[in-house]
Order: sequence, then structure tokens, then C-alpha cells
Amino acid sequence: MSVPRYWREIPSRYRLIGSKCVNCGKTYFPPRRVCRECGSVSLEEVKLSEQGRIITWATVYDPPRGFEKYVPYIVAIVELDDGTRIMTQITDCEPDEIHVGTRVYAVFRKIREEGESGIIYYGYKFKPLK
Amino acid sequence: MTKEAGIIGYGAYIPMYRIKACEIGKIWGNHNGHVPIMEKAVAGIDEDLVTISVEAAKYAIRRAKIDPKEIGAVYIGTESKPYAVKPSGTIVAEAIGATPLVVTADFEFACKAGTEAFQACIDHVLSGRIKYAMAIGADTAQGRPGDQLEYTAASGGAAFIFTKRSNKTLAYCEGAVSFVTDTPDFWRRAHEHYPMHAERFTGEPAYFYHIINSVRTLMENMGLKPSDFKYAVFHQPNAKFPVKVAKKLGFTMDQIKPGLLSPYIGNCYAGSSLVGFAATLDIANPGDRILLASYGSGAGSDAFSFVVQDIILEKRNPIPSVRDMIGVRKYIDYSTYVKFRGKIRA
Amino acid sequence: MRKVAVIAIGYTKVKEHWGLSIRDLFTEAAIMALNEVTIDRVDALYVGNMSSGYCQHQEHLGALMADYIGLKSPPAVKIEAAGASGGMALREGFQAVASGLHDFVIVGGVEKMSDVLTPDITYAMAMAADQEYEAFIGVTFAALNAMIKRAYQHKFGVSDELMATLPVHCHDMASKNPYAQYPFKITVEQVLSSPFVAEPLRLLECSSPADGAAILILCPLEKAKEFTDTPIEIVGVGAATDAIALYQRDDLTTFKATIEAANIAYKMAHIKPEEVDVAEIHDSFSVTGVISLEDLGFFEKGTAAKAISEGEIAPGGKIAVNTFGGLKARGHPIGATGVYQAVEIVKQLRGEAGKNQVDNAEIGLTQNIGGVGGTVTVHIFRRVR
Repeated sequence: MSVPRYWREIPSRYRLIGSKCVNCGKTYFPPRRVCRECGSVSLEEVKLSEQGRIITWATVYDPPRGFEKYVPYIVAIVELDDGTRIMTQITDCEPDEIHVGTRVYAVFRKIREEGESGIIYYGYKFKPLK
Repeated sequence: MTKEAGIIGYGAYIPMYRIKACEIGKIWGNHNGHVPIMEKAVAGIDEDLVTISVEAAKYAIRRAKIDPKEIGAVYIGTESKPYAVKPSGTIVAEAIGATPLVVTADFEFACKAGTEAFQACIDHVLSGRIKYAMAIGADTAQGRPGDQLEYTAASGGAAFIFTKRSNKTLAYCEGAVSFVTDTPDFWRRAHEHYPMHAERFTGEPAYFYHIINSVRTLMENMGLKPSDFKYAVFHQPNAKFPVKVAKKLGFTMDQIKPGLLSPYIGNCYAGSSLVGFAATLDIANPGDRILLASYGSGAGSDAFSFVVQDIILEKRNPIPSVRDMIGVRKYIDYSTYVKFRGKIRA
Repeated sequence: MRKVAVIAIGYTKVKEHWGLSIRDLFTEAAIMALNEVTIDRVDALYVGNMSSGYCQHQEHLGALMADYIGLKSPPAVKIEAAGASGGMALREGFQAVASGLHDFVIVGGVEKMSDVLTPDITYAMAMAADQEYEAFIGVTFAALNAMIKRAYQHKFGVSDELMATLPVHCHDMASKNPYAQYPFKITVEQVLSSPFVAEPLRLLECSSPADGAAILILCPLEKAKEFTDTPIEIVGVGAATDAIALYQRDDLTTFKATIEAANIAYKMAHIKPEEVDVAEIHDSFSVTGVISLEDLGFFEKGTAAKAISEGEIAPGGKIAVNTFGGLKARGHPIGATGVYQAVEIVKQLRGEAGKNQVDNAEIGLTQNIGGVGGTVTVHIFRRVR
């Protein structure tokens, strides 16, 4: 991945920054310029909730290039407490420890590395609330 | 002197994975069961120095109840930087929302890099130039497979936010000493993966000499004796050394017990004494005096005296205590451990 | 708008064609189609393909293929909409003829996935998803569909056994198809004991990487009889998009874009779902096919898998589906699939489907999905009497 592409998304990925439509209130992640609901171009930056629940999930056994050493890993759609949905990994747990509806919270983790000499990609993952 | 520097928030983070020392011993032929600790904390495959620092820092900010944008300095003391060149501090500062007006650097002084950061932060806030200064000590220390230090090299860290002492600070610093010599007891050359150490030389001329001197100098400067302290936290490379140095200096087991965590989490290097300090703050009461003495190979010791303030009682919930965090654990075997720690050459 | 007909078809076997390059593949299918009819000019070429840039480092496929199949400098372009590239290429070709701009148009689809290694194929396929907020965190295309399967099963209580009936049916159909990637039957037990690709999706519920090319030649219906006795008219053309990121959907158990595209196509063709005799639907995964059957209006939400188990999509059932094996068993060379589907409907409506022939097939439908429903095309075909 190119350095500029990674760097550009840092605020969203490090701090869960999304957008909120000033007109209709809908929240988005990642941030965007135009509201899908009402077409408004008045959207403001907003910090999203760091807790939510699992809507659905899957355990990856066949990885894409770059994720080989993490297999098996869990990916899930999480609905944050403010209603925004995001796609994330669920970490620090086994597949049999979660189910649809499990409450989870955001943690800061390594997503992967660009080999031995490239940069390290960091971002959010979620783990079950105990 | 320094009595105007206080701590407004602190937080620790210990990864949840554990490997028992006897599990390591099994692989390396240690069948007589003499191990320097019971079990140690292992960073997960998606954790590193940066992620541990961010978690500890976020707890500290929550406890401090401050706007992270007002943090003017973020220092990370560590020997497990994921980049040899590129500050870990910028990643942490960005993740906690302290950028862009912030002074950032990574400090290295083996296991005392975290208290190095303390020294700098204390002076920042005393000078008045920076409102909040954060010091983090954390590591994901690597132990050479089969070496003695593999039993204890662990992962963990803690973050402390310093500011001018007020009724909002939960402890203030009344004295600080740094005692340093050039003593090569433990080192890692630039392109080596694992450190080297000088075995028994790391004891008396290194660990004990520096801690004893830093603490005695501190107590002399301040006219204090061991019994003036409620608690004492020493750098904890294993279970024996901190107990022995406490005894030599005249501190009791009761004084060091709350901050003595190495038997359960191992030696998290630059995080070691800081995590012990955090665990002590978790149970300390207003008015308690706490000694904090780190040790970093190379070598040196920082000694501080902190006095706990009233507001500490309000600063407990709902942030998990260090003991709470240690209680959440999952045991892994040696093969999972080497996979997590990247020791397998693929 | 003029009426449009298909007058010729061409295709290659679906397999790992180690010895054929992407241009060889396309050319082989084109030669087969050009042999069916004698036309003296081609006015435009549309090439459906998803990943030539990543897998072959080759873009500019329109001009490349126009040259290699021996055309005399027509306008040509690569059409990309992930898995719906073929369907969208067909739509572009239809528009060109229907508008009156062009008379003879070649619509093709081609994909050559075996040029890269498996983890790279997985990486390439994830380009259909949101790169920065889905693929970035390690989501694979299979994982996305696995999440859909879990949500679907959570909502409708459909068992893994019932889900497995779709790939079993598709393999049944492919066993009589000489150009299929996997021309053999499988059982539900085999499906349920195959390893997980992304839990809860198992290997035998997932279509596999493949190479292939398929071609259609279109012309205005009014001219078609000059070139073939069996022109097939394209009577319904629908397409729609949705947010490509799965997590931005409201309902994970349906593809809104399928429903919208189908409604447009049905309306244009003046037919209802019940009137479709044969359908080639997008079963990239078991659950995707099951959901598609429901979204196309053939079965009620939550009931398609049960209907499959009761024989409703086999010849003689309510509607014949994936009569040559579908994506699972005929194969899924991504950008070519939408065109293979059309080729198969044309064969059925012409009466040239051999062992897989559906009796009295008058109306056929193809449904082609890009990503997890980010783009869907639906085309309806009718035998010309």
C-alpha cells in the first residue's frame, strides 16, 4: 500500500473519526462529503462511540496477501452505540467466545506490516467486553 | 525543589496472554523446576510497543479527565521500538489526539527509560512551559530462546501525566535523583535481534549498586528514612532482586508487596517499575509516601519520592486496576509464544 | 429505442488455462462466435473484465482485444464492475445497438486469474470491496459472504444442510456440461465436511478462481434473421448499484440492487417473475445464490433453500436455475461470468442446450452481481417466434 494512502486515513483509523450530517443527523464511517440519506453537503467531523455490538462475523481461514501470519482471525460488522456501523477485526478471543449481539469495545492494534522493511499499519480492532 | 510537580492521571496495560515459566523450562531442559518467576505476560500477535503505550495512555487520559489536545509532551521510554528510526511517540500522540502541538521523543535507557521520561516531564511542568506532559514506560522485551532471560522478558507498560501540583493531582513529586555510570551489564548491538548480558555481573555491580546509591542519595537529600515511606517500588527483573534490594535498603515486604508484580507478569523492562508504581497507586491512600526506584542497564537508577493526595480516592473507578488487568489472562504454549513473538524464521 | 437480438455466441472451457494468455482466451471465444455468423463489420467492442491490471498488469483491454480478434479499428473499451463486469458489458452493448448508434456489436467477458498465486487472487478479489475500510483490515470476499450467511441464518434459521443444496444442484447440472470447470456431482455430506474458507462458509459452498472468456454478437432485431434462424431478443435490461461496503447496508439478508435491477428489467420486458422459464443466477457462494433467488422474486424471503431441497429449481420444477452449473460448477471467471450466463440462456432459448435442455424455454433471465451487491445487472431474453 502506498504511504500517502495509509497516512491520509490516519485520523479515522486511529481515533474513529467519522462524519455527521448537520441536516439529518446520520453518521458515517469513514468521513464523507455528501450525505447518502438527504444529499446535504453539510457534514461535520465527529468522534464515534468506542463501544458497540456484533451484528455478524466470520472467521478467515484463507487470507489475502499480507495477512498470512494472522490466520485464523475474526472479522465482524459492529454497530457502535451511536448507530454507526463499521467493519473490524475482533481480537483477543476465540470464535466460540462471541455471538451475534456480543458487546465489544475498541482497542488500538497493529493491522499488519509491509514486510520486514516497509511501514507498519495500525488501526482499530474490537474485543469482547468482559 | 520539585514539590510542585504532580501526577494528574495514570494508566497501565498488560496484554492478556501468559506463558508459564515451567512451560519455557520444559522446552529448554530445565527439569528441576527452578524458575525466576511463575509466569509472564506476552504481547499478542497484533500488539507491540506502540499499541501497549496507546492503551496505557488512554487510561491515563480518562483518569486525568483532560482534553488530550492540551498534552504538550509525549515521551516513550522503551527498548522495543518497532522502528529503529521513526518515533513511536508520534504514532501514540496521533492516536490519543495530542498532535500537532506536542513535543515527542523516544527515550532509551534499558529498563529505566520510562523514569527517564519522568525526569523530563517533571522539569517541563515545573518550568511552566508545558501544561501536561506524558511519560510512558513500556516494552515488548525479547528474550533470546534458551537464555535465562527468556523466562522473564515480558510485555507491558504504564503512562503517567504530569502537571503542576494542585488539588486535581493525585500525587506530587517531592524529590528526584538520577544515579548513572557507564556499566555494561546488558546490551544489544544495533542490528542484533536479541540482547546480551553479563550473567552474575548484572547483580551486585549493576542492579544493586545503582539502586542502592540512587535511593540512599534521595533519602539523604530529603532527610528521609525507609520507615517514612508507606510503599516502595523497585525495578523487577525477577522475583528475587527487588526483595533483596528492599532488604538491603531497610524496606519491608509489606512496603513492596503491592507493587511487586514480576512473579505474575515477568519483567516488562521500561514498564516494570512503572507498572508496579501504578499498582501501588491503585491501593494507596492520601498522605502515603511512595518510593519509586527504577534500574536501567548500561547503567543507572532513577529514584523518586511521591506523596499521595486526597483526590486519589475519586480516581479509582471505573478504570480497571492493574491487579484487575492481570487477572484477565489466557495461557499459551511455547509454540504459540514463539509465533506471537516472531521468533520463527519463515 | 430499437429492439436488440443476440445472433452469435462463443466461449472457452472454464479451467486454469496455463497455456493461454488473456488475449489467447478472448480470441478463442471470439473466433467461435465469428464462425457462427458472417458479418462484414463490427461497430464496437465491449470487454468485461475485473482484474487484468492486477493479474496481468494489462489495462487498455478494449483496444488490445479489438486488435487481436482481427477487428478493423472499432471503438472499444474495458468495462469493469467487479463480478458484474460481464453483465455491464452486455448492458453497454445493448445500449449501443438500441440507441441506433451501432449495428453490430461484440460483447465479451474475460478473466485470467491463474496468472497470480492464490493469496494474490484473494487480494485481487477483495478489490471489489471497500479497500480502505474492509480490505485494509483483512476482510476477504469469502469473509464478506460468510458474514452474510451468518446474518441470513440468524434471521431465517436456515440450516447448513439446506444451504448446501444449491451447490449440489449446480454440480448436478454441470455434470452434463462439457465446458464446465467442475463437471461432476457432489453431495451435501461432501459440502458439509469440506474445510472452512471463512467460517461459516465451506470450500464447496464457494466458487473457485478460474480462467475463461465468453462472447455475444448483438445486432438490431430487425436485421437478425439475415444472420441466424434463431435470434434471441433481449427484452429486459436492468441494473442498479448500492454502497459497495457491506457494513453500510441496512439489511444484510437481501441485495437491494438485485431487487431494483430486476424490477426495471421485468417492467421493460412486461413480464412477472413467474413467467421466467430458465434463469442463470449469481451463486458466487451458496448464500449469495439463495438470496438472489429470493430477491429476483422466484421464492419468498427465507424459503429458497427449502425450495431447492424440494426440487423446485431442477428441470421440471418451478423454474430451471443454473442449468449449466452456475458460478459454483460451470465456473466463475469473474469478468466473463455475466457473458457466460447470457450465452447459456441463449443456448436454452435456441434449443441448443443438449443434455441440460429445459423443455419449451421461452423466457430466460440472467443476474450478475459485483462485489456483495454493489452492482447488479438483470437481463431478460425471449425466443423470437
